[in-house]
Amino acid sequence: MSLDKKDVEAIARLARIEIKPEQIDETASQLSSILEFVEQMNTIDTSAIEPVAHPLDLTARLREDAVTEPNQRELFQSIAPAVENGLYLVPKVIE
Amino acid sequence: MHNKTLIELSKSLHNREFSSVELTQHFLDRIRQYDQTLNSFITVTEEIALAQAKAADKKLASGKAGPLTGIPLAQKDIFCTKGVRTSCASLMLDNFISPYDATVVEKINDAGMVMLGKTNMDEFAMGSSNETSYYGAVKNPWNTDHVPGGSSGGSAAAVAARLTPVATGTDTGGSIRQPAALCGITGIKPTYGTVSRYGMIAFASSLDQGGPMARSAEDAALMLNLMTGFDERDSTSIEREKEDYTRSLDNSLKGLKVGLPKEYFSEDLNADIAGVIEGAIKEIEKLGATIKEISLPNTRLSIPAYYVIAPAECSSNLSRMDGVRFGYRCKDPKDLYDLYARSRGEAFGDEVTRRILIGTYALSAGYYDAYYLKAQKIRRLISNDFKNVFNEVDVIIGPTSPTVAFRLGEKSKDNDPVSMYLADIYTISVNLAGLPGMSIPVGQVEGLPVGLQLIGNYFQEAKLLNVAHQFQQVTDWHQKSPEGF
Repeated sequence: MSLDKKDVEAIARLARIEIKPEQIDETASQLSSILEFVEQMNTIDTSAIEPVAHPLDLTARLREDAVTEPNQRELFQSIAPAVENGLYLVPKVIE
Repeated sequence: MHNKTLIELSKSLHNREFSSVELTQHFLDRIRQYDQTLNSFITVTEEIALAQAKAADKKLASGKAGPLTGIPLAQKDIFCTKGVRTSCASLMLDNFISPYDATVVEKINDAGMVMLGKTNMDEFAMGSSNETSYYGAVKNPWNTDHVPGGSSGGSAAAVAARLTPVATGTDTGGSIRQPAALCGITGIKPTYGTVSRYGMIAFASSLDQGGPMARSAEDAALMLNLMTGFDERDSTSIEREKEDYTRSLDNSLKGLKVGLPKEYFSEDLNADIAGVIEGAIKEIEKLGATIKEISLPNTRLSIPAYYVIAPAECSSNLSRMDGVRFGYRCKDPKDLYDLYARSRGEAFGDEVTRRILIGTYALSAGYYDAYYLKAQKIRRLISNDFKNVFNEVDVIIGPTSPTVAFRLGEKSKDNDPVSMYLADIYTISVNLAGLPGMSIPVGQVEGLPVGLQLIGNYFQEAKLLNVAHQFQQVTDWHQKSPEGF
């Protein structure tokens, strides 16, 4: 699979990562070489193979739906880039 | 003081030959003297260390101390440490003061050990050379023109240069074993789910596993006793009884069945390294083990499968770094999209960005079956290879890395990410299968250490440590230290 400039821009948008315009070509060629490399996977037929969901084939543990942690909003917001009155601040979303 | 093993240090502290404060100061002085050259620490926590050492001395005086109380260690900067910067070697978390302790950190603190600081690593543990760190590359103490391996390169270099008696590491595709091999130390990645991942910043959750990096198998076993155990805060933590990993260190290797995977001794393996590994195998044979050739036929597919699974999981895990709740935020974002895209674009390094993009692509609509699902099926084949082999042998051994430590810039300069990925050819399949793996020093090539990898069946850590310890009783590679430190 070879990716072009447009593909990289679309993937970067999905991933919410800005790529500088001058780096898009190089990124496209590096991602293409990685994809080409991983396509070695297609050399074998896996149609009858069960995919792995957990390395030890265990299922996720469940617990009671009960409160286990106290609210630590102030502590957690003390490391946030911008907060006001207990709320995280971001640029205006709705005019 | 700095050449003593954990047992020797413990004895000296309990006999009051020196205090924990003296011991801690000694290592802090060594870090100050040598780490300008090595760059193995991102943060040195001198004040915390001395306060913890004082508290440890009190415990020692009152007879309430445990076996590792008062012994210094270094934490890989991927483990959250309350009140201390936890950067994961990224600009993204350069200003992140963790509000809580990882379970591993909590257990180590409760045991009274002393934290010297947080060690350097590849950014978000993505790399095999420690060159992707935002804080600059770490140097290999055996030759400072060479890399220490990665991603736990800071921990490996610091232990090798005797800047700390022991350190923590994490291993997603070889990140404990490969730097341990390249720096001539002993490291073990236990079975997936054995060490809690709570507070260990996630890279690829189905592969990540913490473990100790030490100077001997015995030291690693003591640390593993501390670090393991069920944790309800980690949904993949395994509920089983605690075990004593030192219990079988002294067992004889008579009758041990050892398998050599022929795929690990192919033309990719440097001939000098092959010679050293063959020497180590003979030594293990002399100890009473029987050796037979085995086959892990799907080994060549492990790196391609890994470079779908790990990026896919990382693209999901790293979506939490959004510039809103913690970490880096770009200046003057013009809207919410700009805030996300620029904060992430500016703060993530090239390798992290590449992996997030690959993972995003692999998980995007229409591609899931061709990439992620296919890779998880191949993972089953790799797992089955090991299952079959462990019907015939107790332990698998082979090289940890196809080369000794390469030169700084050698693999990163030509911007070909795939050439770096191949450095983990012998280690990655162990993570895909979730098995325990270990690396011990068994020789040198041109003054650079060579590591032997031991792979065990699920929960057979004690067996690996037993083989490693018996090897270390009749050889002295683990006692060698680099000149000039």
